[in-house]
Amino acid sequence: MEKRVTFKGIWLPLLLVLPQIVITAVFFFYPAGQAIWQSLFIPDPFGLSMQWVGLGNFEYLLGDRYYRASFVTTAIFSILVTVVSMGVALYLAVLADRLIKGSGTYRTLLIWPYAVAPAVAGVLWLFMFNTRVGVVTWYLGQLGYDWNHVLNEGEAMGLVVVASAWGRISYNFLFFLAGLQAIPRSVIEAAAIDGAHFWTRFRTIVWPLLSPTTFFLLVVNIIYAFFETFGVIHTITSGGPQQATTILVYKVYADGFVGQDLGSSAAQSVILLFVVSILTVIQFKYIERRVHY
Amino acid sequence: MATVSLQDIRKSFGKTDVIHGVDIDIADGEFIVIVGPSGCGKSTLLRMVAGLETVTSGEVRIGDRRVNEAEPMARDIAMVFQNYALYPHMSVFDNMAYGLKIAKTPKSEIEARVAQAAKMLQLEPYLQRKPRELSGGQRQRVAMGRAIVRKPAVFLFDEPLSNLDAKLRVQMRLEIKALQRELGVTALYVTHDQVEAMTLADRMVVMNGGVADQVGAPLEVYGNPQTTFVAGFIGSPPTNFLSPALLGQQGDGQIGIRPEHMAIDPEGALQGTVAYAEALGAETLVHLRAADGTQVTVRQDAAHAIPAEGSAIRVGWQDGAMMRFDAAGRRV
Ligand SMILES: Nc1ncnc2c1ncn2[C@@H]1O[C@H](COP(=O)(O)OP(=O)(O)O)[C@@H](O)[C@H]1O
Ligand SMILES: [Mg+2]
Repeated sequence: MEKRVTFKGIWLPLLLVLPQIVITAVFFFYPAGQAIWQSLFIPDPFGLSMQWVGLGNFEYLLGDRYYRASFVTTAIFSILVTVVSMGVALYLAVLADRLIKGSGTYRTLLIWPYAVAPAVAGVLWLFMFNTRVGVVTWYLGQLGYDWNHVLNEGEAMGLVVVASAWGRISYNFLFFLAGLQAIPRSVIEAAAIDGAHFWTRFRTIVWPLLSPTTFFLLVVNIIYAFFETFGVIHTITSGGPQQATTILVYKVYADGFVGQDLGSSAAQSVILLFVVSILTVIQFKYIERRVHY
Repeated sequence: MATVSLQDIRKSFGKTDVIHGVDIDIADGEFIVIVGPSGCGKSTLLRMVAGLETVTSGEVRIGDRRVNEAEPMARDIAMVFQNYALYPHMSVFDNMAYGLKIAKTPKSEIEARVAQAAKMLQLEPYLQRKPRELSGGQRQRVAMGRAIVRKPAVFLFDEPLSNLDAKLRVQMRLEIKALQRELGVTALYVTHDQVEAMTLADRMVVMNGGVADQVGAPLEVYGNPQTTFVAGFIGSPPTNFLSPALLGQQGDGQIGIRPEHMAIDPEGALQGTVAYAEALGAETLVHLRAADGTQVTVRQDAAHAIPAEGSAIRVGWQDGAMMRFDAAGRRV
């Protein structure tokens, strides 16, 4: 049943939603409109005039080898961040779910990384893996492994993935734990009596019943990996080496602010806007359905 | 089909002792009901037999095998839970077939067994539905079906009817009994409802605070309760307890007399004031207040006159109706 408050007249409700509308307008509609508008022009290098090019910026982008490479990089990066952060979180949540005593402490400790801002997390990981003074680098050196993410593309990707996934584990853990605890204990017990051992129970009962949570987290984490990892990448690799960690959102920044190619940058923003819209639609469609399995 | 034997079973959760030593021997094919008020440890006892709870001390034997350390799946039991515990994402068919699939039963046999159970439980039209598309009574049947198809040696029931409405409860009670007779399976059934216990049990175990106060056939327990707790818990309305002094007798302890053994009688031994009377149709419950304030209930046939509220009357009983208990509540 739906519970709704009904207002008489139009002014009070309008007043109540006004702050939200203003914020959305100032911080979303206005810049989004600007981006769309600018994506249709090429400004001259001094920013004094703009030349109308229609969809030229988009055409150019889609033909650009580096832009397509950035798409692939983004896909690899997002998949890795999502899989690593969700995989580790699920593993920890399953352990915590079996724990009766001390799960509160466990939960509190695991939530801390979430409170660390992505850029700060980037700095932390950068220190540990610094090619000259990093602790982990030193230990790896002792083991005979020469860590250098400044030169090695794979290592650079690995480091930004780990640094991005790290803070996310907390968030995913909380959702997974809540999801696990929402599964009635007696259902698991019934399966045990029916002959299912731990792994069979997980595969045939727990995982299917957890799927609403998993799907929700999948969408949320992909959006995170697409957009909110900017700080991590900026502090650790700045998109390098050789664009190996330049994900789409970083390329918007690199081309627009560093490269001063505002038309292309705006067009890239519009493409990102499009991507996130699709993800959001999927997410909402799904949340509406989520109540039932 | 198997015997079940519990020997001096104890259970503690941390420092809290919940079960204080229970002994029960269950014969092959017997229907045993564990009855007692909420929180007395019935579920805990049942869960120890199922292997869902560890046994702190004592021994659980199913057949002639000690199963204390055995996993639930290795005990050859099936359990029906209070909330049914159906697998919400599976169809009725898959719910029933789950255990058989895990046991790698051939497909044709799974289908045959599920079909047979579905027929027995009138679930045939619903095999492709999900549990959420069923009524409470149908879910209950699915839970029963899941237990039946595996042909276990022992059925365990934890208050399986308490989520049903009164009418359905009576119907399912009869069905459970018939099913158990037909299959000849040993059954251990937990309930807080003494009517369920009386009607289902071959023998019942009356639990009180982690102890089995009395074990016996329903009528034997009703007719010959060994403690004040059993006398008060089994039978409805509950037994009246009077102090010997009220009847002009010596000694401490209490005298129990069942309401159905009392009758209004001008020559009776007990005097009281009528507080109120409940006419239930076939019978009337007359509630009195005795001289020392004790509440006394008399159960009489509807044919008898109902005394006016506030009037002073006397009630009597046959000598054999008096059950004497000592100060500790034990029968003397
Ligand atoms: N897992 C547990 N941890 C601690 N105490 C428990 C646990 N399970 C049951 N108890 C306690 O044991 C007692 C008996 O519980 P239970 O067997 O569920 O009673 P019943 O089924 O007769 O209502 C209760 O006091 C309950 O609080
Ligand atoms: Mg219980």
